[in-house]
Parts: sequence; structure tokens; C-alpha cells
Amino acid sequence: MDWKDTDIIVVDQPDLSIGERLYLPVLQGMKTTLKHMLSPGARKKFVVQYPEQTRNLRTDNYRGVHRLNRDEQGRVACTACFMCETACPAHCIHIEGAESPWPDREKYPVKFEIDELRCIYCGMCEEACPVDAIELTPEYSLVGRSRAEMVFDKEKLLAVFDATKNDKPRKAPPITGY
Amino acid sequence: MAALKEFLATQFGLGVVLMALALVVILTAVAYAIWLERKIAAWTQDRFGPNRVGPFGLLQPVADGLKFVLKEDIIPWNVDRAIFILAPCFALIVGLLGFAVIPFGGPLHWPWMPEGQTLRVQVASLDIGLLYILAVGTLAVYSVVLGGWSSNNKYAFYGGLRAAAQMLSYEVPLGMCLLTCVLATGELRLEGMVDRQIATAWTGLLHPAAFVIFFMCALAEANRAPFDLAECEQELIGGYHTEYSAMKMALFFLGEYAHIITSSAVMVALFLGGWELFPFSQRVATAFGWGWLDAWNHSPHWGWMFMRVGVYAVKITALVFFYMWIRWTLPRFRFDQLMRLAWRGLVPLSMGFVALAGTLLYLGRPVSWWASIGNIALVALAGVASANRPITGRQERLLMAKG
Repeated sequence: MDWKDTDIIVVDQPDLSIGERLYLPVLQGMKTTLKHMLSPGARKKFVVQYPEQTRNLRTDNYRGVHRLNRDEQGRVACTACFMCETACPAHCIHIEGAESPWPDREKYPVKFEIDELRCIYCGMCEEACPVDAIELTPEYSLVGRSRAEMVFDKEKLLAVFDATKNDKPRKAPPITGY
Repeated sequence: MAALKEFLATQFGLGVVLMALALVVILTAVAYAIWLERKIAAWTQDRFGPNRVGPFGLLQPVADGLKFVLKEDIIPWNVDRAIFILAPCFALIVGLLGFAVIPFGGPLHWPWMPEGQTLRVQVASLDIGLLYILAVGTLAVYSVVLGGWSSNNKYAFYGGLRAAAQMLSYEVPLGMCLLTCVLATGELRLEGMVDRQIATAWTGLLHPAAFVIFFMCALAEANRAPFDLAECEQELIGGYHTEYSAMKMALFFLGEYAHIITSSAVMVALFLGGWELFPFSQRVATAFGWGWLDAWNHSPHWGWMFMRVGVYAVKITALVFFYMWIRWTLPRFRFDQLMRLAWRGLVPLSMGFVALAGTLLYLGRPVSWWASIGNIALVALAGVASANRPITGRQERLLMAKG
């Protein structure tokens, strides 16, 4: 590191006035807190009383529970390309592909599992998916009674799509023809 | 029933009943002080605070207590077991002890007592009530130091050390302000002080700056923000109670709030005229011929006694609110700032107050407006003397280096 003495700027702390030395600005702070204490309007405005009220913000980009999208014919949109499983930093996606029974693609997933407890909700799978089949939904209240229950299989993930497709419709037009 | 009446009509019997009552009332008050603290914290931050358990969250203390009881009580293997268990008990006991000499409600005469005989609504009327308060108040640090030391944990140890140093420093100006009170009222008994203040003027009005400094020292003694260096969450992960869990932890909390309530009660007796409704009420009573005001101050009838206890409780609540208000306003001091404030600010100032009160006493005018004028003048003098001067040791060294 090459520096000269003239590069150094010595900054003195400003001198305190009489009032500041007597801690009088404390009163100003106490006025501020008292104002907040006596303004119920502010807390009514800002606080969301959670179980009764919910906020419905960020539906487009909130990263909650995953879903597997259906195409227009109601089939699973996934083509079992394993891009999401490869991209996943938490290794929580497990796919088993098979020959597709439909003429418009070669493969489809017979098994598609996401361990919601392992998942870190980073959204890399969503980014990696070439057909917009896997997406994260704004659904955040995810509870279960066992670890096994929290491993979402294909049916469950499709059910999440059915439940959230009104809140967050699948991007149109969906990319198909792979 | 007759036996109970007889028992209540003796000072000893009344004391015993008061003790039992005070224990119940204070422990409940402590629980609700914690509720109030959480509410005030929430309100200052534009939140609602506990509002789920019962109306306004009023049953929250019960839920908290249940939780603390049901939690696992962990005693680490390398602690000093006996002292580790003793410290939290000590915290609560010492917090409650001070209440013995608090004069809640002045004189009392039950209808079934012989004419002219009165009791004092007070557990113990000690000749040296003030010294007792000082002694007991100082003991409070032992729970912190012992808890920190016996935990065998460096953070807890630092917390204990800080508490000890802080207590030593703030005990000095606290004692000085007490001395000012003694000089202004000429009494060592707390009830005598209250009577004196009713007859003349509140000490808090005569020596306002001494009251403020006493309050600051009380904050420091109770280990409350901005002087809560012994338990700072950020640097010392809880300080002296790092290793404590479940009910022992709860006892430390209860002890802290009991200490707050006790010191508020002491301050009400020392500076805020005890059970008097408003300052100079005695003069107002004679000027307007209001008998009820005179009765409020002096009547031994049990109805008036309860009114007086009520006023006392309201004053205590106001001070407790003030404690919490300050806690959620001010950030914590740094340790060197804390020490400088005590030794270079509060100690000389409070010495000045003692000198002032002594001079006025020597001149035969212990109760006069000169006391409050002198107080303000001393504080202003201190401000002038310290303005535009270095605050920290580092600034001082920089100045010296500059020459």
C-alpha cells in the first residue's frame, strides 16, 4: 500500500455544548419514544396480526413451497431433464424419469420428490427449469407432523399447483415442444 | 374473629399481616411489571406487545411463569453448585427485603381500638430506616457477582465484575444524595421524612437535581438500561445469567423487577412526599379550609389509610413506568463512559448538593427555594465547566499529544 502523510485526514470529534454535556438531548429522545408510545394509529397501520390477517405481497417473487406445473391438458409439465436436481445446492430434489407416453416429448417424471425440510428455498430449481415446470409459490405456512410427510411427491406438488394457480398463474405462454 | 381483631390492633400483628400481603402483592406486581415492560417495549417500537393470552395479554405473566416452571433446569457440571443455586434466590430475597421499612400509608386507627391509639402501616419502623435501605440495596450486587462467579464462564464472570465495579461507583453519589435528603428533612426514619415533606415541601422539589442523580444511581444499582452492562446481550450473551435456565433465570428476572419496585418505593418516600396527594397540600388545606385534604395527610381512619396506600402505589407505578421508558429510549453506555460519568460527573455534583444542603442547614433555612436554585446553579456550573472539553480518555490523550 502506497500512501503519503497528506492522505491521512485527522477528524476530531466535535466538541459538545453545555446542554449536550448535561445529557439534555436525552429528553429529546424520550419525547420521541413517548410519541410512539402514545400513537396507537401507527401500530394499527404497520402491524399484521398474523393468524387473523395475512399479508398478500410479493406473490410474483416470493419463494415459498414448490409446485409442479400442469400444462393446458392437465399433464405434468416436467420433462425429467434433471436440470433442477443438478442445480439444487441442497440436494433436496429426487427425480426418476421414464419414457413419455405422450408424443410431444421424450421423457416424463414417474417420481418427483422434494424434501421441503432440506430445501433452502433459493429458487435455483426455478431458474434452471427450461420448461417452467417447477416453481416456488407464495405459500409460506408449511407444517407437518413427521419428516416423511414433508417429503413432497409428484401428486402433492401437483396439488400445490392446483391450490395456488389462481394466486400465481403459470407464466404464459409456457415453453413446450422439447 | 375477636382474636384476629386483637391481633390486627397490635403493631406486631399488623406488621406480620402486612408482610404476608406485601409478599403477595409485590410478587404479582413484579409479574405485571414484566408484562408492562413488554408492552412499553412494543409500544415504543410501534408494535402491540403481548395480546394473545387473555384480554390485552393480561394473563401473559401466568403463561410465562408456567413456561419457566416447565422448562428443564440445567446446572452445568463445572459450576460451583451451592453458590450457583443460592445466587438467584438471593436476587429475589434482597429485592423484597427493602420493602420492610417503606411507609405505605401513615397512621392507622381501627374502629375497635382504644381511642387515641394509632398504628403505623409499615412492616418495621426502624430508627435507621435509611441506613437499612442502603445496606440492603447494596446487597443486591451480591446475587449478580455470585451468579457470575459461580457460573465458571468467562462471559458470566465479566458480567459479575462489571456489576461489582459499577455498584461501587454508583453507591457513592447515591449515598451523597441520601445525605442531602437527610440534611433537608433532618430525619433518618422514612415515615419521619414523609411527615416532614408533608409539613414543608417535597425534597424532590427542593433538590430536583439530587433527585435526578439518585434516580440515575438507582438505575445503575438495578442494572437497568442504560447502565445494564452486567447483562448486555450483545457483548456478554446475557452476562451473569448466561448459564442460568428455567426457574433460576426467572428468579433473576423477578429479583430485578422487585428491585425496581423497591427502589421506586424508596424514591417516593425520599423525594416525592410519600402518600401526599400533591406538593404543598397541607398549605392548600389550611388556606382553603379543606378538611378532607388534611384528613388525607393525617387522619388515622382506615378509609383514608387505603386512599394513602393507593396514592403511594400510583406514584410507584409512575416511577416504574419511567424506568421502562428510559430503558427503551437510551442505548447502553460504554464501560469507560459509565465510570467517567460516575466519578467525574455524579460524585462531585452530589458532593456539591451535600455542601449546599449543609450550608442551608447551617444558615437555619434547610427548606427554602434557595435549595432548588442552588441545585440548578450547580448543574449549570458543571455544564459550563465541562463544555468543549474532551469527553473520553482518547480525546484527552490526543489533546495532550497536540500540546
